[in-house]
Amino acid sequence: MCLAIPGRIIKIKNEEAVIDYGGVTRKAALRLCPEAKIGDAALVHAGFVIQLLDEEAAKELEAILAETEML
Amino acid sequence: MTNLDAHTLAQAIARKAQGLPEMTLMEVCGTHTHAIFRYGIRQLLPKNVRLISGPGCPVCVTDNADLARALWLAAQKDVVFCCFGDMLRVPCGKESLLSLRAAGADVRICVSPMDALALAKELPRKRIVWFGVGFETTAPHTAALIEAAERGGVPNISVYSVHKTMPQALRALMSGQNRISALLCPGHVAAITGAEAFRFVPNELHMPAAVAGFEAEDILAAVLALVTMLRGGTPSLVNAYPRAVKSEGNKTALALTEKIFEPEDALWRGLGLIPGSGLKIRKEYEAFDATKRFKIEETAVPAAAGCRCGEILRGLAEPTDCPYFAKTCTPQSPLGACMVSAEGACAAYYKYGGTI
Repeated sequence: MCLAIPGRIIKIKNEEAVIDYGGVTRKAALRLCPEAKIGDAALVHAGFVIQLLDEEAAKELEAILAETEML
Repeated sequence: MTNLDAHTLAQAIARKAQGLPEMTLMEVCGTHTHAIFRYGIRQLLPKNVRLISGPGCPVCVTDNADLARALWLAAQKDVVFCCFGDMLRVPCGKESLLSLRAAGADVRICVSPMDALALAKELPRKRIVWFGVGFETTAPHTAALIEAAERGGVPNISVYSVHKTMPQALRALMSGQNRISALLCPGHVAAITGAEAFRFVPNELHMPAAVAGFEAEDILAAVLALVTMLRGGTPSLVNAYPRAVKSEGNKTALALTEKIFEPEDALWRGLGLIPGSGLKIRKEYEAFDATKRFKIEETAVPAAAGCRCGEILRGLAEPTDCPYFAKTCTPQSPLGACMVSAEGACAAYYKYGGTI
């Protein structure tokens, strides 16, 4: 149920974005993420963008893991 | 996804788990259940690290009493009953939304609640009912539907909400009989609620918690965090899905949910009545509440199927412990909700080989 798919916003019109999922495009509502901009990586669940993805965060996780001596 | 590969993470987990007693990590997200099987995560873990599934599938935890009301609504004259596809086959006694549809009821599958709103505009003489099922991830969508229906003055749509929230259910689950050592928290619930919503797990329940994403490396990184905390005896909260989960979550979505819904007691299949774990439409928006718009007849609620769904949802039994599993209960002819929903634990065990 909580399946969400990442894609990239290529167009925005009237609180609605067009999302590119590696070639396939679909519309998604922006009511829950009005700050979204063209070019953002977005997480889409049931027709709505629910969060913008932080593409730098992978490094952040490595830092967290290293800090807590998990590796 | 981290830049660390699955192999490195699995080795680190094995090192950290060495010499420790058996640890049981519960995941409470149906999408995690499936990702864990799909990537073969269990086979990558040492023997003393066990993963079990909890009540993380909204379809599975929808109680028969709520389902009976949904079936009643779907059977009413001029009603077009809209829901997500995975609700259709859940059996409620001898009936399901699918069997009602076969008998002539207008039941439609929607990908988004907004599809139901579009349908309401298209069919002004029909009464559209949206079946609001799902956790914090999905509740804002239903809230957006109600807000848009109110703003746009769409009179012929209402919502039957059985939306549920995680924290109270987890508290109830952990306070009862259980065998859980640590919690793998649902990444897309946390994308909305924020990682901090799970802070109560270490603070109140004294159990490690890690928010996990859905790639193999995401899940392994979260497992590594949990095992490390169990080894050190230092329960805390780690956000192992930082690219999608902020500590404060999605404030717009939370504010919208809060605007439309208020907490109410909710029935969970397998867990019973949990105070404050459901979302009820506020009085200001009751014109869109199907329980107010229709006088729903309380029909007799069929007894549970006799399978072990309830114990499986609490992590007390595994699907393979159920006498009906893969015998009289299969995805083609399911007895219980855990086999119906593609995200249910039984469906996952069945699909990926049963004995893993």
